[in-house]
Amino acid sequence: MLLLICPYCGVAAEETELAPGGEAHLKRFGPGSSDAEFEAYLFARKNPKGVHFERWRHAYGCGKWFLAARCTATLEVFGTYPAQTSGPPDDIIDRIKARRPDWKGFA
Amino acid sequence: MKRYSLFAIAREALTHHQGWERAWRSPAPKPGYDVVIIGAGGHGLATAYYLGRNHGIRNVAILEKGWLGGGNTGRNTTIIRSNYLQDPSAAIYEKSRSLYETLSQDLNFNVMFSPRGVMMLAQTHHEVRGYLRTAHANALQGVVTEFISPARVKELCPILNIDGPRYPVLGALWQPRGGTGRHDAVAWGYARACSAMGMDIIQQCEVTGVRSENGKVTGVETTKGHIGTGKLGIVVAGHSGQVAQMAGFRLPVESMALQALVSEPIKPCMDVVVMANTVHGYMSQSDKGEMVIGGGTDGFNNYTQRGSFQHIEETLRALIETFPMLSRLKMLRQWGGIVDMTGDRSPIISKTPLGNCFINCGWGTGGFKAIPGSGWAMAELIAKGEPSPLAAAFDMGRFREGRFIDESVAAGVAH
Amino acid sequence: MSIRLTSGGRLIDRSAPIDFTFNGKHLRGFAGDTLASALLANGQMLVGRSFKYHRPRGIVASGAEEPNALVNLGQGARAEPNQRATTTELFDGLQARSQNHWPSLEFDVGVLNNYAARLLPGGFYYKTFIHPRAAWKHLFEPIIRQTAGLGAAPKDRDADRYEQVYAFCDLLVVGGGVAGLHAALVAARAGARVWLVEQSAHWGGRAPVDGDMIDALPAADWVNATVAELAGMANVTLRARTMAAGVYDHGYVLLDERLADHTPGDGRPRHRLWRMRAARIIAATGAIERPLSFAGNDVPGVMLASALRDYLVNWAVSPGQRTVVVTNNDDAYRTAIALHQAGQTVVAVIDARDQADGALPAQARALGIRVETGKAIARVKGGKHVTGVEVCRQTGDGTISRFLACNAVAMSGGWSPVVHLYSHCGGKLIWDEAGAMFRPDAAHPPITQDGSAMVIGAGAANGALREAIADADAQVRIALKAVGIKPKKSAVPRQDLPDEAALQPVWIMPQAAGVGLRAKVWLDYQNDVKVSDVQLAAREGYGSVEHAKRYTTLGMATDQGKISNINGLAVLAEALNEPVPQVGTTTFRPPYTPVPLGALAGEARGEIFQPLRKTPMDGWHAAQGATFEPVGLWRRPYCYPRPGETPRQAVAREVKNTRQALGLLDASTLGKIIVKGPDAGRFLDMLYTNVMSSLPVGRCRYGLMCNEQGFLSDDGVMARIDDDTWLCHTTSGGADRIHGWMEDWLQCEWWDWQVFTANVTEHYAQIAVVGPNARKLLERLGGMEVSQDALPFMAWADGSLAGFGCRVYRISFSGELSYEIAVPASQGAAFWQACHDAGASLGAMPYGTEALHVMRAEKGFIMIGDETDGTVTPQDLGLDWAVSKKKADFLGKRGQERSHLTSPDRWKLVGFETLDGSVIPEGAYVIAQGSNANGQRHVQGRVTSTYRSPTLGRGIAMGLLLRGPERMGEVVSFNTVDGSTVQARVVGPVFYDRDGEKQNV
Repeated sequence: MLLLICPYCGVAAEETELAPGGEAHLKRFGPGSSDAEFEAYLFARKNPKGVHFERWRHAYGCGKWFLAARCTATLEVFGTYPAQTSGPPDDIIDRIKARRPDWKGFA
Repeated sequence: MKRYSLFAIAREALTHHQGWERAWRSPAPKPGYDVVIIGAGGHGLATAYYLGRNHGIRNVAILEKGWLGGGNTGRNTTIIRSNYLQDPSAAIYEKSRSLYETLSQDLNFNVMFSPRGVMMLAQTHHEVRGYLRTAHANALQGVVTEFISPARVKELCPILNIDGPRYPVLGALWQPRGGTGRHDAVAWGYARACSAMGMDIIQQCEVTGVRSENGKVTGVETTKGHIGTGKLGIVVAGHSGQVAQMAGFRLPVESMALQALVSEPIKPCMDVVVMANTVHGYMSQSDKGEMVIGGGTDGFNNYTQRGSFQHIEETLRALIETFPMLSRLKMLRQWGGIVDMTGDRSPIISKTPLGNCFINCGWGTGGFKAIPGSGWAMAELIAKGEPSPLAAAFDMGRFREGRFIDESVAAGVAH
Repeated sequence: MSIRLTSGGRLIDRSAPIDFTFNGKHLRGFAGDTLASALLANGQMLVGRSFKYHRPRGIVASGAEEPNALVNLGQGARAEPNQRATTTELFDGLQARSQNHWPSLEFDVGVLNNYAARLLPGGFYYKTFIHPRAAWKHLFEPIIRQTAGLGAAPKDRDADRYEQVYAFCDLLVVGGGVAGLHAALVAARAGARVWLVEQSAHWGGRAPVDGDMIDALPAADWVNATVAELAGMANVTLRARTMAAGVYDHGYVLLDERLADHTPGDGRPRHRLWRMRAARIIAATGAIERPLSFAGNDVPGVMLASALRDYLVNWAVSPGQRTVVVTNNDDAYRTAIALHQAGQTVVAVIDARDQADGALPAQARALGIRVETGKAIARVKGGKHVTGVEVCRQTGDGTISRFLACNAVAMSGGWSPVVHLYSHCGGKLIWDEAGAMFRPDAAHPPITQDGSAMVIGAGAANGALREAIADADAQVRIALKAVGIKPKKSAVPRQDLPDEAALQPVWIMPQAAGVGLRAKVWLDYQNDVKVSDVQLAAREGYGSVEHAKRYTTLGMATDQGKISNINGLAVLAEALNEPVPQVGTTTFRPPYTPVPLGALAGEARGEIFQPLRKTPMDGWHAAQGATFEPVGLWRRPYCYPRPGETPRQAVAREVKNTRQALGLLDASTLGKIIVKGPDAGRFLDMLYTNVMSSLPVGRCRYGLMCNEQGFLSDDGVMARIDDDTWLCHTTSGGADRIHGWMEDWLQCEWWDWQVFTANVTEHYAQIAVVGPNARKLLERLGGMEVSQDALPFMAWADGSLAGFGCRVYRISFSGELSYEIAVPASQGAAFWQACHDAGASLGAMPYGTEALHVMRAEKGFIMIGDETDGTVTPQDLGLDWAVSKKKADFLGKRGQERSHLTSPDRWKLVGFETLDGSVIPEGAYVIAQGSNANGQRHVQGRVTSTYRSPTLGRGIAMGLLLRGPERMGEVVSFNTVDGSTVQARVVGPVFYDRDGEKQNV
């Protein structure tokens, strides 16, 4: 079972302290958006077999939402970072590229 | 295909069973087929079978990257029921259940369909109302269910504790002709029948790309070379997103771990299937005597076919409350699969943006019970290019329109 | 016959006899015995019957890999089936019964299956029982189920308790043999936090039994010294009787400690489950011997060679006084030598290899033991026990050269490293051709969260069958470096082992055995899988190792194939003409050996199965005899039946009294969330469908929340506390969920907005004072102005009542004059009592959730979860007025614009009045004409809330109907489950006080 370091309180939290929140960096579409855009916002998910960015809340800890870069095929964790960002930070991108040279990048 | 029977066994026994023929051929792929199905799990094989049986389409290949039936078909807890709430769900699951009734005879392969009855316990007033609603819906859908009393629950399942201190049983939704089947046998039975119809099941053959021209599919790239096809069916459950990407479209699907476990085998003590959705756990006893146990999905995207242990603990706590005698049984083996969950937890049987390419996925935790019905509907979609009434509601377009098929009341915990 | 020798037995204490029973027979053993060694000491080799053919089964092994010796242990509340005799420590009063036979172990009618074995090959049931169709359910399956299973199902509730504890370490070493002990010592001396766990009760593993010398000491002495040193170190935890059941991701390991299996009823938890998180794991789990595959290798008395010497050396038990040893390697000669040294007769060593030139065969010969090379066992003679063996050439087809009388056969087909823990999280194996074994592939270990190796094999488990300590030394140093700990330089203890010649893989004995023999060569003893079954699987195309396993059930028994898997897959490989590594192994899954479900559930049982949330007034409700209902983890009073009252009567009384006099409801469970900050108004305008920012200070507003799909998610009354503070009420079930929802949007989307939230649900008790006498009660309590002018409908005020500081909300869910009063939780019970005391002469009565539901239904108020089911919009429920048209955006607005949600054909909220005054059944649908293309009756609506109204004396209902509001007055039909119908007229949803006057007085 997963162990993720909460970037806010620093605790190496095991999965039972955490609540999962789905794919990270979704772009919200509201009124004025096309049907296609809105459908993609609600439903289209990358669901990669490999490097994935996802949301977690430290529900039984400090209560903060944070993001994690994790491989869905091996459960390797590339890092966790605060949720107040629209894309993964450079240091995490670099770490992923170093470990997964074939990775096509965050797009 | 040489028929199986007791007589055949007796005949072969004379020569120490040296004379049995292969259950299915393992040919090299031809350069092309009329239809290629990606995925030789239960759904993919059933699709191919009904293409041949119902539509006379037999120039078919079923491609499987591993060994046939090795995905969720070989990992589920074998429950068969059709007591769903929404019309489209009830229709396809009941079609499936009714096909299970005669599947052993149809395939000449004993899939051990056992209609011993499935009950879903109601342990809160909200659940009672939900199951009463389902009972009324089922009555109109032609699905035979009934809401039964706690006393009747106890009668049907004496080892069940109806007086738990936290969630006493208030009744249950009972489907007398739901039950279980032998999951591997379903895959093997369909595979044998497909092979006998001349269809090629090609294992250890991974699809690496989808080829198209003028917006229509023309073939697939595989680890065994290029295979041309007129029509393509994608039936790969947890890996649907990967194959869809090769075909150039996105799916509203996320792949998660679903776990199950068995106890050591014991003498028969439970004749029915029990699902306790309030506390998240369900159980039945296999013909070998093992208690077969499952619960809800893990919560994050996961392709490892293994899950996190706290979900097993939660399921076991729930079931020990429900069946106190379980406590001294021992867990023999636990495992996981990859279930593909859609936005409304209902499946997708649909045309795709790629012409002559069709997809069947999103069965989530409800796949095994759906195998025959799903194959039947998918075969019709592929054969005719348009969905039948069984499949029509499950199109991909429903998400854009907001036309959810929401089974929260009936689906409960994993099926 | 197996006997206890008069001397020897390093684990038994002959001064401490133990009495036990087996199948009712009174027997005696010693402290230190396992049930298996004690049974053998008493001449009881036959211990059970196999699963399918009910063949006689004897003890084969000495540890967790035992497939046959399963017993029903104990009685009543401690009865446990399928207990492994080889790992059950003997205790006084132990009661064991063999399993899976009738009428008795010696004479089992099930053995008829055995005589029909030719008709019952692997997978036969797929080919038959097909006709007639009904026979499967009514005849075949019941018979199969009755003969299946092994142990008896327990009946009573488990008398024992189980404990679960967290633990953390740098290095978890699994396996207390010499490899594990050495690895633990190196790590401990380097300062790491070390755990060393051993599944048996004893340290040292094989080395003390095999007479190894370590650094010129007898292994037992080296083991004792090492254990003593480890036990004295503060950074080391040693735990025996502790089995590592499974490795899970990120270094999580479940350890099952058998605390009190051997001292039942002593008050301790029976098992303790350790939830270990280790930075690194060393699997020093040893290796398990494989049987040889020859006809009759399942007859009781045929045992693993290492097990036989285990019984000899550890427990002074000789399974047979005349033993034939059959082997393809040098290690088995240790058994021949041990037997000889114990004064037992070794009839011969049958060695399949053409030559046996190693040191151990030489030693055996020197002792006068007869060694025959190039030979095989063609067949074992004997039914319930071995009477002799027929010997042939290994390269032949089984033509017998001679018969050797004996009563035990010690077989060794080689050793298989125990790779389970290494494999649980995806570690890959490689095939070691020389050793004919799978062992961990160091290039593809299971990885932990940082991508590095999580589990490392060491010693025999890593394939280092001989230089176990040297290998463990190398591996532990790698592991320590990986976690940043520098091990000290030290000499590697020297193991003095005799040279061994190479093993020769022998997958079938003899090599060219014909079909008749192959049908008698057993692979899986418990599930009765023979070599011929695996070959049949290959013949029929079940050629993948997983197909072959599932088709034959090889390796699926309670031992999970520990001694059968490798032999089986080698047979499969030969049948497919593929090399063994190409066939591969089946998936290794936890648990390593079976773990009680009770231990996995732990202490969360009965009353503490889940946390129970109680309001401050819970004790009062219970004392009044309230009937409770679960609402999430809360319990709330459903009604308060008086003696002689049915719940229905209680509810009717509560409703009537509230509408006519004064009702008091504990509303404490409703969510209360404070939302505060300069952007709080803007935030709430996004969360709710209404405009909340315009709510004046001192006022309340009923608000709706939708999800982004546009479907209704929660509702509740909002109060404006001051300029930048709002208080949101949510449903009881929604409090934590809505608070989480709020934080999600604030932290992850609008993180630059200045808004703070606090979930204060449990800080305040909340009491609803409801009915025509409500104001009178508040005036009687006294302390604040509660007139119509001072506190009008949908206003709130802070003040005090009866000396209790409080906030009073003038809101109504029942349609009566109503106040909801919040006091600090610590004062809730006292205030509640004060209300009842002061209200006694005003007719005060408590009412519960059901009366609450009935009254709101009489008023046409919706309930989340009844009128909503995740697919219903506010517009469906006639709540368009609560959905702001002015706001450019709010959560759910875009979703509601989708075609399906704006369709004129949606089902909308109406009321239903049955023509005969009866109550519409819960869940009924409004039927329409005809059926759809799937043969299902068309429907056009359904009931969402249906009650008998005590106020109106008739049934009332709300529901959703196709274009409902356009069809007032129409009569529709509801279905019932028995096929009849109920007629009802479509009316407005408000049945009582349509103008809403009563809440406004």
